[in-house]
Amino acid sequence: MHEILVISGKGGAGKTTVTGAFAHLSENTILCDLDVDAPDFHLISQPEQYQHHEFWSGYEAKIRQEDCTQCGECFERCRFDAITHENGTFAVDPMKCEGCKVCVALCPAEAVDFTLKNCGEWYRSETRFGHLVHAQLYPGEENSGRLVALLKDEARKTAREHGHDILLADGAPGIGCPVISSLSGTDLAVFVTEPTPSGLHDLERVAALCDHFRVKGCVVINKYDLNTDMTEKIESFCAQQGYPVAGRVPHADAVTAAMVERKAVTEFDSTMYAAFDGIWKNVLSQL
Amino acid sequence: MIIAVASGKGGTGKTTVTAALAANWNAPVAAVDLDVEEPNLHLFLHPAITGTEKGYIEIPKADEGMCTSCGACAELCQFKAIALIGDTLLTFPDMCHGCGGCIAVCPTGALTVDSRELGELCHGTSGNIAFHMGRLRIGEAMCPPLMKLVKHDVFSAYEDDSRDIILDSPPGASCPAVCAVSDADCVVLVTEPTPFGFYDFKIAYEAFSVFEKPMGVVVNKAGIGDRQVYDFCAEHNIPIWAEIPFERHIAEAYSTGAVITQAVPTLQPVFETLRQSIQESVHA
Repeated sequence: MHEILVISGKGGAGKTTVTGAFAHLSENTILCDLDVDAPDFHLISQPEQYQHHEFWSGYEAKIRQEDCTQCGECFERCRFDAITHENGTFAVDPMKCEGCKVCVALCPAEAVDFTLKNCGEWYRSETRFGHLVHAQLYPGEENSGRLVALLKDEARKTAREHGHDILLADGAPGIGCPVISSLSGTDLAVFVTEPTPSGLHDLERVAALCDHFRVKGCVVINKYDLNTDMTEKIESFCAQQGYPVAGRVPHADAVTAAMVERKAVTEFDSTMYAAFDGIWKNVLSQL
Repeated sequence: MIIAVASGKGGTGKTTVTAALAANWNAPVAAVDLDVEEPNLHLFLHPAITGTEKGYIEIPKADEGMCTSCGACAELCQFKAIALIGDTLLTFPDMCHGCGGCIAVCPTGALTVDSRELGELCHGTSGNIAFHMGRLRIGEAMCPPLMKLVKHDVFSAYEDDSRDIILDSPPGASCPAVCAVSDADCVVLVTEPTPFGFYDFKIAYEAFSVFEKPMGVVVNKAGIGDRQVYDFCAEHNIPIWAEIPFERHIAEAYSTGAVITQAVPTLQPVFETLRQSIQESVHA
């Protein structure tokens, strides 16, 4: 099985639009939405859940006021400014607590509880494009990297069970924790970019990240006709660095119109179908 | 006054709004890029950078000769950054969150303070605008520690309220976005009226509304998509402070790295109103 990950560095470059088109065009594929913080692939694929799991990860400290001796050790030790001291009372700010356990271990009165957190949920679903493994991290939560790793493992299990040839994953924006986690096991990263200064800048960084972890990448230039000079700049960057350009996608109203209809853009518009058909074949040829 | 410009979905126009807002602010202002994974604000404000320094996080260093293999450090560490395999103590510097717990519990002093580079902190000026940014090192997974260093620098520089501060936040609604929004006096949520924009907007609204700060919305690319964002805002009494219409020439101006109000002067009044609405909401 081959694992393909669609990422972009920059948010809003068109990752989910591209993943939706690939999902429509591909065969025998297990789908995975690894943007667990702001997942959007389900809005196109309209999954029917057949499994629902809670995601428990990381701990949260809580001071038992009746046992606290007000010594202030926790306040001194916490590196995350998560201990508040107001009106003579020490308490943990759950928004700032990293769950490091330092206050629990060093409290002389053993007055700090440490409980596992429910940070989100994850699902297995059926879609018209095939099986989908996806999740939703609860707002403001941490541990997105762990949830991404879990989703990929679960998607691999489903793939083995059903004999899928390809794991196609929609990734998160950025180059941090969830993206690094999603690179593990990836055979090919598809970088979606746009011809803007941000698009190129962020492509350079996400491509450097993949080089760092020795993951092969190719490029899709979305909205290429918005600024053809910039598109040429991106193409010369790709040529210099040895990233194949799998194709260009025009700036088209069909993208939003398809989204509103809950369709992949290739299901909605024949010009886009033709464009993505070529791009998907180029992507497969990189494997 | 600290203003956080945030969004659930990426690419809705946070940086466009931050740059134009800073350029149209009517008081001394600092524009701060807290999207340390993919900072883009400098591509629009073109600041002259006057200083760059590296940011670090404290991690442990093991002296095997002094280690008695008691295992207290490995037992405490919640991040799999330190492990005792037989009698060998292994540290995994990339996993460390810098809590200092292992060093505090080591009974023999076998663990001492070392550091891991998080990335860079840059500062400079763009005309009258003070500029600050963090840029995460490629391969570094954690962005809140670097964001906190940037915030610390910025907040201490303008502690005397000599400048208002506009924070360009990372996308999403998990820990990095919350880290950007938590200290602000006011949150500007930028969204687009599409199904993706609306879904991510709701998540961000839920994550940030627990802070009970004044919050208002900028609808970018207005005119495309559907009405869900507008209906939700009406239902929850969330004010829409500005609408930026979807027009191809605006998108083209953005693609050249221009500050949007300079390239499209008709947007100037939109940002005037946005600035006033922000200031009124904070002073209310």
